[in-house]
Amino acid sequence: MIEDRKRPPLTDDGLDDSVLERHLSQTWSASPGFWGALATVDHKVIARRYIVTAFVFLILGGLLAVAMRIQLAWPEARFLDPDRYNQIFTTHGSTMMFLFAVPVMEAMAIYLVPLMVGTRNIAFPRLNAFSYWIILIGGLLLWISFALDAAPDVGWFAYVPLSGPEYGPGKRADIWAQMITFTELSALAVAVEIVVTVFKQRAPGMSLDRIPLLVWSMLVMAFIVIMAMPAIMFASSTLILDRLVETQFYNPAEGGDALLWQHVFWFFGHPEVYIIFLPAAGMVSTIVATFSRRPIFGYLPLVMAFIATGILAFGLWVHHMFVVGLPRLGESFFTASSMAIAVPAGIQIFCWLATLWLGRPVFTTPLLFVIGFIVTFVIGGLTGVMVASVPFDAQVHDTYFVVAHFHYVLVGGAVFPLLGAIYYWFPKMTGRMMSETLGRWAFGLIFLGFNLTFFPMHILGLQGMPRRVYTYQPELPWAGLNLFISLSALVLVSGFVIFFIDALRSWRSGKPAGPDPWSAGTLEWATASPPPAYNFRRIPVVEAREPLWSRSEGLAVTKGLQVDRRELIVSSVVEALPEARESSPRDSIWPFWAAIATSLMLIGSIFTPWAVVWGSIPIAVTLIGWFWPKGTVEDTS
Amino acid sequence: MKERVVLDVSKLPMHDMGIASPAWWGTCAFMLIEGSGFALAIAIYFYLFSLAPKWPIDAPSPDLFAGTVLTALLLASIVPNILVSRWAKARALAKVRIGLIVMSLLAAAPLALRIFEFPAMHVSWDENAYGSIVWTLLGLHTTHIITDLIDTLVLTCLMFSRHGDNTRRYGDVEDNALYWNFVIVAWLPLYVCIYWVPRL
Repeated sequence: MIEDRKRPPLTDDGLDDSVLERHLSQTWSASPGFWGALATVDHKVIARRYIVTAFVFLILGGLLAVAMRIQLAWPEARFLDPDRYNQIFTTHGSTMMFLFAVPVMEAMAIYLVPLMVGTRNIAFPRLNAFSYWIILIGGLLLWISFALDAAPDVGWFAYVPLSGPEYGPGKRADIWAQMITFTELSALAVAVEIVVTVFKQRAPGMSLDRIPLLVWSMLVMAFIVIMAMPAIMFASSTLILDRLVETQFYNPAEGGDALLWQHVFWFFGHPEVYIIFLPAAGMVSTIVATFSRRPIFGYLPLVMAFIATGILAFGLWVHHMFVVGLPRLGESFFTASSMAIAVPAGIQIFCWLATLWLGRPVFTTPLLFVIGFIVTFVIGGLTGVMVASVPFDAQVHDTYFVVAHFHYVLVGGAVFPLLGAIYYWFPKMTGRMMSETLGRWAFGLIFLGFNLTFFPMHILGLQGMPRRVYTYQPELPWAGLNLFISLSALVLVSGFVIFFIDALRSWRSGKPAGPDPWSAGTLEWATASPPPAYNFRRIPVVEAREPLWSRSEGLAVTKGLQVDRRELIVSSVVEALPEARESSPRDSIWPFWAAIATSLMLIGSIFTPWAVVWGSIPIAVTLIGWFWPKGTVEDTS
Repeated sequence: MKERVVLDVSKLPMHDMGIASPAWWGTCAFMLIEGSGFALAIAIYFYLFSLAPKWPIDAPSPDLFAGTVLTALLLASIVPNILVSRWAKARALAKVRIGLIVMSLLAAAPLALRIFEFPAMHVSWDENAYGSIVWTLLGLHTTHIITDLIDTLVLTCLMFSRHGDNTRRYGDVEDNALYWNFVIVAWLPLYVCIYWVPRL
């Protein structure tokens, strides 16, 4: 590597397109083979792994939901025993929230943000590789424990004292808590990468008012992660401390407090909803603009609404705790703030509707999912305003009404836009189109199946059916609706089966997409599908909010970047004026070893506190290996 | 797609320090994460304080000596820390090397004092919630000192190696100094909580 320095630097100035592409590809491609695959730091490869992993967890979590629906289809069923049922609803919720929803949204950011801001890789690409291995191992921890019949059984929010040392024997609650630590570590790492990529690696000219809305939404999401996730890491760590070394945080007999857990958990848990929803709002904004064939209506109000949502998200957590007996003034405050967040949500909905109204909408599958989202999310939002009121919440708390509400918000608010986004960006990620026919079937069945499954749960909740019961007696008036819900769930499942068949088939043999199949406006469509390892042959210069819609004669680009080292442009935060030709790290196997060392420490500390001491040594060694300069051209300055 | 070249970036530096460096922003983002963690830990301290009929719970107030000396030492270390940062900006290799050795010692010394802070609490972590939270606050901050000590030691070795005289390394030295200032600033509210709030 040292001899590289002796050659004069080679820049893209005056190189033929094909010669330039050959040089860039040599510099940026991962080495072939098994170790090359473990060492790669290409954001697209890692994002693809993240997305596939998250969808595998969606399938696993979905199968658990099916198992619960079979058990509840008729009264006093014997399909599952109570203990297994507890493990199943805990693993279902934890998988969907921590191993599917958050990682898949971050994965979309990892794939799309660098392309949409016109750079060659995400900031801190090795940290990105590390974050993937960490979440993969955290997910395996939960699912291996499930396979061994030792999965957590305390619900996805693991309230103490049920999860504490007195009522939660064995290691089940510890496995839940440490799985949380894994997923939050990974999420925090990705959040830092997103913030720095958006702040410092935007293409020259992409000033703040030209940042694509999806990128804005991911930026706000990253900040929410940074502010909220430390709370859950504190919670999970102190829970393990209470269980392992007998600290007294949650023990009221020794000055601790059970409600402290709820405060800390929901201080994270409520922003979590927006961590999932804001990226979805960014996806919707992008899809609506492209298929309405016009720029988005109300760019500035939408950005303001994203930021306002991000701030208000931190003032709502107590509305999960209305029935614990808090001071009246506190309850009133949190009712008001819970209703206030409907304002930015409303602004977003009206901007999207106005864009559709003023444009010439083309009803392709992605747009169908967006319209399904608007309908479903509005229903979920309305029941949200209902449960924000204390007297109403006191009636329906811990019933199926709440189950219905949060599935409307989470599936309606995040999964529908996500599926639309997959249909929309699949051509970019794979170079092939998904089937429009199967897409319409998938949408129809999922939309219908979802509403038939979850709408009746509102009624079951009002009829008093509590959540998390493994069965119910025949005398209770719930059997008919439960059977209906379980049958409807089959419709929902069939929609997902079609979606997965379509995705797999199209990946292998879909119609070639070309660089820009939707005639969209943002930068990711300015390069090939799938994009080469270096993303762009020449880094674009941004002169408008939709660079591909406003270009007159060809895309404006830069010249003068070195092609024999991994190099990209660093620009200023507000105006995106170019500041430096910064290098981007090469592939490295060290993030993988660092993730293994971290995992050994975290899993060991479930069993003994000394794991933290001894486990730190291999972590330190791998981190030094990671950061120690190797004398490559990337290290020159 | 047709391209037209409108901007030549070949004259830009191959790396820049401070706000032009992604590493600087990354350090800030991690400080924001850890700062949120500290703020939350302090909020929990006051939450438990507000619940307790008497604070500290079943223990005398902590002894001031070790913690106060440590605080004074940390504050004093700001001066050489800022000097190292300035020398790094000026790319003065010899001074940076000496400064980093001094900073390594100044990061190790608080650890020696910290050993005496835990017994000065007069409560064990498993006796009651007061013991749990003060041990956690001390432990959380100790991990930050240890992390920065290891950072500084590795960086010192690097500056003595052939990789030392490089804009990137000087930027690393500046970022490391920034992080040490954070470790000090984060300690001040913790010091007030741990040592003075029980005396209110």
